[in-house]
Amino acid sequence: MFEVTLAYTFVVDKTLYHSLQGPVISFLPAFTFINKGGPLRFFVLTVIMLLTATLSLFVGVADISMADIIGRDMDKLALITISRIPRTAALILAGVGMSVSGVIMQQMTQNKFVAPTTAGTLEAAKMGLLIFLIFIPTAGTAVKMLLAFLFTFMASLLFLAIVRKIRFRNVVFVPLVGLMFGGIIGSVTTLIAVRMNIVQDSNAWMMGDFSGILQGRYELIYLSLPAIAVTYLYANKFTVIGMGEEFSRNLGLNYRTIMNIGLFCVSLTVSAVVITAGAIPFLGLIVPNVVSLLFGDNLKRTLPYVALSGAIFLLLCDIVGRVVIYPYEIPIGVSVSIIGAVIFLVMLLWKK
Amino acid sequence: MEKVGTIRRNLWVAALLLLITASLFLFFNMGNNWAFALRLRGVKVAAILIVSCCVAYSSVAFQTITNNRILTPSIMGFESVYLLLQTIIVYIYGDTTFKVLGSINNFMLSVASMIGFAFLIYLLIYRKGKNNLYLLLLVGIILGTLFNSLSSFMQLLIDPNDYFIVQGKMFASFNRINRDLLWPSTIVMSLILIAGFRMTRTLDVLALGREQAINLGVNYNRMIQLFLVIIAIMVSVSTALVGPITFLGLLVTNLTYELFKTHRHSVIITACCLVTAVTLLGGQFVMERLFNLSIPVSAIINLAGGVYFIYLLLRVKKL
Repeated sequence: MFEVTLAYTFVVDKTLYHSLQGPVISFLPAFTFINKGGPLRFFVLTVIMLLTATLSLFVGVADISMADIIGRDMDKLALITISRIPRTAALILAGVGMSVSGVIMQQMTQNKFVAPTTAGTLEAAKMGLLIFLIFIPTAGTAVKMLLAFLFTFMASLLFLAIVRKIRFRNVVFVPLVGLMFGGIIGSVTTLIAVRMNIVQDSNAWMMGDFSGILQGRYELIYLSLPAIAVTYLYANKFTVIGMGEEFSRNLGLNYRTIMNIGLFCVSLTVSAVVITAGAIPFLGLIVPNVVSLLFGDNLKRTLPYVALSGAIFLLLCDIVGRVVIYPYEIPIGVSVSIIGAVIFLVMLLWKK
Repeated sequence: MEKVGTIRRNLWVAALLLLITASLFLFFNMGNNWAFALRLRGVKVAAILIVSCCVAYSSVAFQTITNNRILTPSIMGFESVYLLLQTIIVYIYGDTTFKVLGSINNFMLSVASMIGFAFLIYLLIYRKGKNNLYLLLLVGIILGTLFNSLSSFMQLLIDPNDYFIVQGKMFASFNRINRDLLWPSTIVMSLILIAGFRMTRTLDVLALGREQAINLGVNYNRMIQLFLVIIAIMVSVSTALVGPITFLGLLVTNLTYELFKTHRHSVIITACCLVTAVTLLGGQFVMERLFNLSIPVSAIINLAGGVYFIYLLLRVKKL
């Protein structure tokens, strides 16, 4: 068993490296470090994550300082437990969840540009949420989650079916098709919203925004934790099934099962995040790509980096959104879009 | 490749269909004041014809230069630019929008910003002699996603009453065409269409692929850039005239390729113009007279085009 694992890890890594024909590839030699100091890197990222999380706890309209916590100022402590801690926790989980989902999707499609934003996944979750809000708004959180999950899962299945037919085209072609696919799902959602006269409201509901996160209203996002854990356990297997059905059969993997597990994890995470905080674009696209530029493509090793960087990125975007027009806030959907689009464009265009 | 006779027959059938739908649209249930009805409907028919030609030419040319049949030029982000501009205008002027900015000025501004946007991306990509067309599309789409987030953020801040102005712009509509705009855009579009039709042979060569086209003496990069400019102008004008219809191009080009099995662009584009006009006129007729305008026709076209797109992707063995 061990030899097999070694063998396919080697094959996968090698093939992966060669299959990255995207514009990103030309960066790789300059940034890829030799695998040394892994634990150190992990430690540094964790420290940065904790620092940004702490910063995030203390940014806001109400002025809270360390002294208040130590001095047991009851009002401020209540504020922290009811609003600040849930918000920071939700940010971390959403950041980890969205970027890890991005990685799974990229591995399963063997395409660097596939992510919830570019595969219609976000649109599908939005659609499920909207249908819930229109037709059965009183049915409770479990049904809401289930509906959003089902829509996301079906859209992912359909998208994978499409990708399997176009995988040998230009790398950029797949996300283009995915974006059009998302556009179609979005146009159906809009059509429903127009009929119900709630276009503006539905826009507001879907905008990624953490300002409404309070204790008792965000716990659903913890559902993404098991999905993330499974992803870590299955990381290499997702890479293998990305190589195709026959390839994975040859290595003794059950293609269908692994694929469904991957889609299940992605759908669970994305729908949990969309329901709690709204759509957060670009995250799953940018974080995995930047991490792969910096630390290489050994998924088992880089997955923790992806998770930590996702959390850091989202926390930073949130802090920026909270500070820029203080005491008001820019929703995170907007700040992530702007920062993310700029980073992504630089990645695409700034090559040798 | 089918016989020339069949293709010619199909063209005549399409032209006849266009005539029928157009006259149905013009003369059905005219009421007492027929002069007024004719004038009103005449404007719509004229606008639909212009938009059809723009959409048909730009979509076919775009699919040829990108060498596939499942993309449309509107994915490059033109519509997001248009929507962002309209949102900004309403955000700034609120319900005085119509007073401050007449429809002609709005039209000019929209066209200018969309074409400006297109040139910006072209410059970004072609500045360093990069010729990756897919990269161009991806950059367009990413900027489009960015603009969409910005507009939905601004739409949150707009007064719900004023928001209906924006919502009206989100869907293509042939009911709010300004007659003053019709003439200038007809002239501009006719000129560009004539220029475009004179270049259909180049498209035939470009369809063979990059290497073959260069071998046959076509200045490949120059031509691609030229067509991109033509496409940008056409998409901008038609979007500014009636509003976004994202998946119309997708629907009609594929229908045309199904019905007319030829690769000669002069035929395909002519046929596609006819098919588009029939689709739009028919759709508008059904929506306007049978469903009393309860759903925007562009929303239905987007839905139909979208479903057809997924069907195409799943049916075809390999793309």
